[in-house]
Amino acid sequence: MVKPTLVTNSIRSRREEAGITQADLAGRIGVTRQTLIAIEQGRYSPTLELAFQIARAFEVGIDDLFQYPED
Amino acid sequence: MVYTERNTWSTLIAAAVIIPGYIVVVLQQAAGGPLTSVDWFPIMLWAIGISIAATIVLSILWGIVAGLRDPKGATTTDVRDRDIDQMGGRVEHSLLVIAGLGVIALCAVGADVFWIANAMFLGFAISTLIGSIARIIAYRRGLI
Repeated sequence: MVKPTLVTNSIRSRREEAGITQADLAGRIGVTRQTLIAIEQGRYSPTLELAFQIARAFEVGIDDLFQYPED
Repeated sequence: MVYTERNTWSTLIAAAVIIPGYIVVVLQQAAGGPLTSVDWFPIMLWAIGISIAATIVLSILWGIVAGLRDPKGATTTDVRDRDIDQMGGRVEHSLLVIAGLGVIALCAVGADVFWIANAMFLGFAISTLIGSIARIIAYRRGLI
């Protein structure tokens, strides 16, 4: 069983609000659609570089897109 | 399914068929007698050759089918594929170390060359099998 990450994200809701498909966003940030799906579902923690690329695609800060719980 | 996951499945399927196939052929050749009397080397070479060829053919055929459905994404890889491949590689290496230690132990006790060669062969085969399974689990269940 894979240990779930504590990092959550709001990529899916942001993407749906913006009317962008998974394929479009994946193409913009240079990953496969499967990788984007895995990130949205919390099954893959993106690298810092990829996280910045996703945030930049939505023109928001990285903190607006990824959340980490307080202690 | 992405390019590298398809290739992993091809490797897994080939290994899952070839390993039992090799064991069955060696046991048949022994015909109830001592395994050390079996002429194992040509059987092993055939198993290695068929395994490599089957993996390549399966990957190509699967790639053609995937390319017909999604021409752009058929051979695309990204950072997640590399992360998963590295994780699978670590699993393989750890098993190869165990196999290597087993071979040293067999040499130390003066085991027949049959057991030494087959311990290393099965080490390669099983590490490939388990490494592929680890990669598939990471693709399906996640890599955190």
